[in-house]
Amino acid sequence: MSGTFLGMPAFPEAARKAVADETLRGNLRHATHTIRAKRARAVSELSDWAALREAGKRIKDHTLRHLDRYLIQLEEAVTAAGGTVHWAADAHEANRIVAELVKATGESEVVKVKSMATQEIGLNEALEAEGIRAYETDLAELIVQLGGDRPSHILVPAIHRNRGEIRDIFRSRMGAWGRPAPEDLTDSPAELAEAARRHLREKFLRAKVAVSGANFMVAETGTLVVVESEGNGRMCLTLPETLISVVGIEKIVPTWRDLEVFLQTLPRSSTAERMNPYTSMWTGTTGSGTADVPRAFHLVLLDNGRTDTLADQVGRQALRCIRCSACLNVCPVYERAGGHAYGSVYPGPIGAILSPQLRGTGSEIDASLPYASSLCGACYDVCPVAIDIPEVLVHLRERVVEGGPVTRAGNKVVLKPAKGHAAERAVMRAARWAFSHPGALRAGQRLASRSRRFHPRTLPGPGRAWSASRDLPALPAEPFRDWWQRTHGGKEAR
Amino acid sequence: MRVALFLTCVNDTLYPDTGRAVVRLLTRLGVEVDFPPAQTCCGQAHYNTGYRHDAEPLAVQFSDVFRGYEAIVTPSGSCAAMVRELYPRMGERARAEGRGDALAATVAPVAAKTYELTEFLVDVLGVTDVGAYYPHPVTYHPTCHGLRSLRLGDRPVRLLRAVKGLELIELPGAEECCGFGGTFAVKNADVSSAMGVDKVRNAESTGAEVLCAADNSCLMHLGGTMTRLRVGMRPVHIAEILASTEKEPLV
Amino acid sequence: MSGSRELILGRVRRALADVPEDETPYEQAVPRDYGERHGERTPAETVDLLAENLADYRAIVHRTNAPGLPSVLAGLLAARGARTVLVPAGLPSHWLTGVEQVADRAESTPYELDRVDSVVTGCAVAIAETGTLVLDGSPDQGRPRITLVPDHHICVVRVPDQVVSSVPQALRRLTPTRPMTWISGPSATSDIELERVEGVHGPRTLEVVLMSEA
Repeated sequence: MSGTFLGMPAFPEAARKAVADETLRGNLRHATHTIRAKRARAVSELSDWAALREAGKRIKDHTLRHLDRYLIQLEEAVTAAGGTVHWAADAHEANRIVAELVKATGESEVVKVKSMATQEIGLNEALEAEGIRAYETDLAELIVQLGGDRPSHILVPAIHRNRGEIRDIFRSRMGAWGRPAPEDLTDSPAELAEAARRHLREKFLRAKVAVSGANFMVAETGTLVVVESEGNGRMCLTLPETLISVVGIEKIVPTWRDLEVFLQTLPRSSTAERMNPYTSMWTGTTGSGTADVPRAFHLVLLDNGRTDTLADQVGRQALRCIRCSACLNVCPVYERAGGHAYGSVYPGPIGAILSPQLRGTGSEIDASLPYASSLCGACYDVCPVAIDIPEVLVHLRERVVEGGPVTRAGNKVVLKPAKGHAAERAVMRAARWAFSHPGALRAGQRLASRSRRFHPRTLPGPGRAWSASRDLPALPAEPFRDWWQRTHGGKEAR
Repeated sequence: MRVALFLTCVNDTLYPDTGRAVVRLLTRLGVEVDFPPAQTCCGQAHYNTGYRHDAEPLAVQFSDVFRGYEAIVTPSGSCAAMVRELYPRMGERARAEGRGDALAATVAPVAAKTYELTEFLVDVLGVTDVGAYYPHPVTYHPTCHGLRSLRLGDRPVRLLRAVKGLELIELPGAEECCGFGGTFAVKNADVSSAMGVDKVRNAESTGAEVLCAADNSCLMHLGGTMTRLRVGMRPVHIAEILASTEKEPLV
Repeated sequence: MSGSRELILGRVRRALADVPEDETPYEQAVPRDYGERHGERTPAETVDLLAENLADYRAIVHRTNAPGLPSVLAGLLAARGARTVLVPAGLPSHWLTGVEQVADRAESTPYELDRVDSVVTGCAVAIAETGTLVLDGSPDQGRPRITLVPDHHICVVRVPDQVVSSVPQALRRLTPTRPMTWISGPSATSDIELERVEGVHGPRTLEVVLMSEA
């Protein structure tokens, strides 16, 4: 089955390999630059974009700040509409609930709509362990699943693969999972899509159970919304008899009207379309029989670190995320490091603030993610719900180096400063001391200037990280303050 | 008008020419410039690396040093953004941590009157033609803090266009980060270098002799990359171009 | 199960300890100063925009009036070579002539639907700014699956009555609890190199007939 993120090295190490991979860099550069320009065009069509963005932000903030109330309202509405609501505190519990629900139907396979939440909890692997085969039906997820690979992008999980690689995966792997790819398959995207259509159609037509996530859940009506392009979502949401949706608790919006904001901002931010090809909306099992809503509907509400994130007043804004992936597409670090380096199903800038909050900063990869950014701010600019990603990154850096109070699994704990930052901390303290004593700073500057002809252009030790690819600037004969003292000394203020 | 030059620790130590250029430029425009010698560092590197509590005393010191001036001008977009955007945020955080309003009250007055150089020229002095002369082909890199925090927009470009003899050539991918990012440059050196190389290659493709920016930190990273790649361009701070005149050209 | 419900709600409440009791209520917390629609248009211009945006996403657009509809539909089906056409129960019977009609029955299996050549439906509302058709399972639209499995979908939109300018206007016309499908062009994917390719699992050909009354 697909690979796992466990035991990932820290971001810089993983990114180093990606930066050196010319094919990967070419694939990512091509894809992200294509979508960047398209998104900008789609957004510029709406003169009120700033107002929509602000409204989206406020709707999400308000919902998060009253989440208990809206969760209960949603539960009531879904139950009244014939659905069953389950609550899962963590990944293990969510996986157990889904496995039991599938087993109760007597089926041993499910079709899946692309869903970040089920990726996050490792549902496919958990079902496999229970003897249940989960088939991914989104084209990109299919590419990842067939390739025994990991997703590297929120919207386009196989963005790291080019058409030639995809053709090779289809040719060599499709047969083991069902209908094989045609012998003469070329790398034209239209032919590849056609091969996926034929391969998956037999699975859709026979499926009895489907598993999905949801983009939005409307508290007042109990309506769930899935936004997609290919029609695999519609197949899964309408043909099977039983539908199980695993959804993060932060996906709620209070009212039906609120969709008018997100159905305008999400498609333009993610696929750069005025509207995505298909959007499905259903409310419990209402309409089952006359319309063909599945006869049984189960909603699994997932915490898995979200309430811990909610407890952080700076970090909780990450829960506004609507998973559009605009921040990935515009990020210069993502473009060069690729999605896998982030060691999570949530890559890119949003992943760098989400993973260390959902999972904590205990592992090497999670403690390194807040630093996986030059803080250039392009992510914040494009975010349709105005998540200030640089602000949260800096906040999480503070958590790593200073430790402090955090909430883990619902309990307040005090983190110790992370290991491995001792030398840096000493430098920062020393610099603070020098900067607090202008005389000392001046003495240091003078000493450096006077010894400048002995300075090397490259550095040993940790400084090599700089000088391996960049020359050091030459030190001037004297710092500015000495020049000022010589030339303007008499009229110095204070 | 009496303004304080906040030169920044990097410029003071490594780029005194930029400081001298700002003094010359502002003096030429009739501004009385002072350099309060007790100034050191705004604390940006501390703050952005996660040492907010170590940045706080530096913010207080900054506020003490600069409080008495009508305006504070700095030739660094990122340091201007630190003072204007992040000092007030540090004040809010201190308040949220139950430490009262003292920090917020201390930094508020200086945050409001701190300007990045091009912003000061265009918005406060109301000039775009500063009487400069610089007969070279130049391409301009708008740094991230200038572009997305301070929203400098076309101010720097308007100033450059008014420079006599200067040929301004548009930089492809101008809005992309150069990859410096403070401690990012060493913590994620490989990605940082890759970004720097791409930026330098884009600059090289313009055929310009000079890569101009309003922040020497980015130029230090790009200049170091240029010499390593043996690209025949030089990095020059915008202040030095604007200070250059026919009588006293920048050499 | 109920244990986790209480556990999660408890965690949420503790996490929100900083939120004041008297916080701004929902009605005032969200500024709605975005547009009701984008641009001023006459009803006819709004229909033109719909046609333009549908075509932009590779739907094939035709125009006719009520008396002309049966011959337009017959022509489209003949051109496609469709031998069997799936028809929702509430579709006006005079719309289709001279082609084998397959009724939409609740018990038809997905396999049966897969053997049908084409499907003809009406719609609940169409959105001009986004080129979107909304189907809500009303009698002239049938179950969501009938517009999904067959490879050719013809959707009839009554213009200008069923056309709105914008997403906000569409939501106001719809009943939230009806199972709904919003369709904007044929099935598509951007999963290979972020390049849009039309035609994956849904109908690969979407034809839209804009029908005026006169």
